[in-house]
Amino acid sequence: MGLFIAQLITGLANAGALFMVASGLSLIFGVTRIVNFAHGSFYMLGAYIGYTLMQVLPGAVGFWGAILLAGIAVGVIGMLVEILVLRPVYRAPELFQLVATFGVILVVADLTLMIWGPEDLLGPRAPGLRGVIRIMGEPVPKYDIALLVITPIVALLLWYLIARTRVGVLVRAATQDREMVGALGVNQAWLFTGVFALGCGLAGLGGALQLPKGGADLLMDFNILTAVFVVVVIGGMGSLPGAYLAAVIISVVNVFGVTYLPQSTLVLIFVVMVLVLMIRPYGLFGRPEVAGEHGQVGEPEKPIRPAGTQVRLLVAAGIATLAALPLYGSSFSQVLATDILIFCLFAASLHFLMGLSGLVSFGHAAYFGGGAYVAALIVTHSNSPMELAFVLAPIGAGLGALIIGWVCLRLTGVYFAMLTLAFAQLLWSLVFQWGEVTGGDDGLVNIWPADWLNDTTVFFYLALILCIGGILAMRHVAHSPFGYALRAGRDSDRRAEATGINVKRVQWLGFGFAGMMAGLAGGLFVFSKGSVFPNEMEIARSFDALIVVFLGGVKTLAGGVVGAATFKGLEEVITRFEYWRLILGLLIIFVVIVMPEGIVGTARKWAERAGWLRGEETRKRKAREEAA
Amino acid sequence: MLELSDINSFYGKAHVLNDLGFSVARGQVVALLGRNGAGKTTTMKSIMQMVVPGSGSVRYNGQDITGWPTHKVAKLGLGYVPEERRIFTDLTVTENLEVGRQPARDGTVQWTEEMLFELFPNLAERRGNRGKALSGGEQQMLTIARTLMGNPSFVLLDEPSEGIAPVIVEQMAHVITQLKADGLTVLLSEQNLHFARAVADRAVIIEGGTTKFEGTLAELNAHPEIRDAYLSV
Repeated sequence: MGLFIAQLITGLANAGALFMVASGLSLIFGVTRIVNFAHGSFYMLGAYIGYTLMQVLPGAVGFWGAILLAGIAVGVIGMLVEILVLRPVYRAPELFQLVATFGVILVVADLTLMIWGPEDLLGPRAPGLRGVIRIMGEPVPKYDIALLVITPIVALLLWYLIARTRVGVLVRAATQDREMVGALGVNQAWLFTGVFALGCGLAGLGGALQLPKGGADLLMDFNILTAVFVVVVIGGMGSLPGAYLAAVIISVVNVFGVTYLPQSTLVLIFVVMVLVLMIRPYGLFGRPEVAGEHGQVGEPEKPIRPAGTQVRLLVAAGIATLAALPLYGSSFSQVLATDILIFCLFAASLHFLMGLSGLVSFGHAAYFGGGAYVAALIVTHSNSPMELAFVLAPIGAGLGALIIGWVCLRLTGVYFAMLTLAFAQLLWSLVFQWGEVTGGDDGLVNIWPADWLNDTTVFFYLALILCIGGILAMRHVAHSPFGYALRAGRDSDRRAEATGINVKRVQWLGFGFAGMMAGLAGGLFVFSKGSVFPNEMEIARSFDALIVVFLGGVKTLAGGVVGAATFKGLEEVITRFEYWRLILGLLIIFVVIVMPEGIVGTARKWAERAGWLRGEETRKRKAREEAA
Repeated sequence: MLELSDINSFYGKAHVLNDLGFSVARGQVVALLGRNGAGKTTTMKSIMQMVVPGSGSVRYNGQDITGWPTHKVAKLGLGYVPEERRIFTDLTVTENLEVGRQPARDGTVQWTEEMLFELFPNLAERRGNRGKALSGGEQQMLTIARTLMGNPSFVLLDEPSEGIAPVIVEQMAHVITQLKADGLTVLLSEQNLHFARAVADRAVIIEGGTTKFEGTLAELNAHPEIRDAYLSV
């Protein structure tokens, strides 16, 4: 009994930081419709800044002052990020801002490394709260008790701000219809900035508050992100009480999991999440997203046309150049080209999902890594030939995608996206923690292709044929009746339903198909590298694909492939520098601001303006000339 | 007071307003008439800069406000009441009014919650209720009250009589007359003449995004052929 209560207290104490980060994310999303992937980075900054301030400021006042100041400092940093990075891209297509926030993650990660160095920092103890008190014989850290008091106070203050003040009224109104709030004379830009700063400040506060328990390290940013997404999904997007309750549930489950089921702590929280969502699909306190409710109507989608003769010739020439690579390129260049091809196929599969069906998956690496693991597991645990394992990779990933898709498609919009992320993390934690079967962190090694393929050039040709074939197959599907049905469902699911299309079913199959293609890429990957590790399934890999698709251009058919090739090529060059993440992050932010339609979309616009291509810009110019 | 000249507005590729121009003088109630799809709502949004005109200009008190951010236009004293009402359904009646609150401007009525509850007695009874609990008519009143909280000198009413019970339409007419008496200028859009006749001094008829008639209601009454051409079917 004593142990039970002690653990309950620890769980509740742990919920504090999680709640603050999650409520900040939730607030920012509610008003600005931005899913702030960089939220974990602000949490990390809070911890580091708090640490430094605690070194400088003396005594108990210094300790608590440092926490408060860390929160404020991170709030100010958040404000700057909002003004400099996000303001220029609010008018970009929905979710494009994600990419900008991902750039921020990279920049913050390297700046933190530069300023505070690579070592983990041990958080100072709170003055006067060192040691433990005994509850029914069990030790409970005094600081946990303090957190137990502090968190509800922060929650109450936040609730007061949102429920009882004019600012809170405006925030809630803007969450519902921000254009109307603007029409009533409220400057939305400052409201956005204020909310973003507040949300980031909360994350920073959470980071500083957990210092005595967890210290500060460079992995904090991604480590908390998953938990935060789970909390937001369980609690319901935009609900403060929901965020609090969910943070408590997750933290308590986690603490008990560590004691009773140490091998499956990570899996456990996802099981809880899936259970909650089975009963309440939009979270404990959430409500379904209603399309168009927020007064934001995007530009209508442009129809996708089959490529013209010029473009076809260009692509054919590109493929021919690539196919001739073994004639003029080194063995290394073939390995690099194989990597790029595989990544292109992976990105194209996500692009298929996002561009055609409008479904945004935050966890597409599950199918890439899933395919790789299917093949690797078969090779490791049964004496199957490589060919069989390779064929089963896309099949296994496709089946997995069908199962996960079936659950996720109960939700829509950002809830769908977060749920796909959670499932990806579930699979990742399975792979990571089930060491006997998957090798855990050590991965699976010695997964080489069959003898006839075990040559760089031969494997390069295999990758070339399958990747180009896969990409062309997806393009073909895009122009088939199935592709039309997907696009119809994307543009208006009600109207598509009315014409007799079973939108959910079409989307489900599309999700499975995209998963299968990602699995094919994963199968190629594992045999090209000879090994696979859990990080092929992790959140960062999913984000890589997302970024590439957005940078390439979601609304253009070639976007995924062009983005992937550019990104992978750039990465090859940039990773030679010490602070390559900083450079890459800044580059991403730059591209996002300068090319809100992605590389392909922007290039097309420029080409049309210059008169090289016929299209919308040509029509606009004609209209202008006629008007003049 | 308000002057639109050669406005061209677009929704994506759709050219909705075509060299539209008309003006509204201070203290008048002007009815913007036209069939469904004539461009009335786009005109309203173009004035508020919620749709930024591709060319042409919107002048308010002599100042060119084309391309301004919407909230600045509102701060000048233009109050917009949208057709779809767009009240904040999760907020209470009082909170909805709070969103609309702006400091007083010279020469305008300074509205308080109490004054508005007097003007719209139904709302007073429901001040603690959330927007989504209100009836259609109550929502229509709330959306007007919310705009009035900003102490506008010029009110844009987009189809105020659309989809509400006749008894509330009457109340609406009373409110508009009241606003005019208080010295406010009103531009209201309508599909039919009936409501406009009850409240408006002047009428502007648009069709296909172009002004087809501009004049007093008496002039319009004298030319039934205009009405037949551009209004009721």
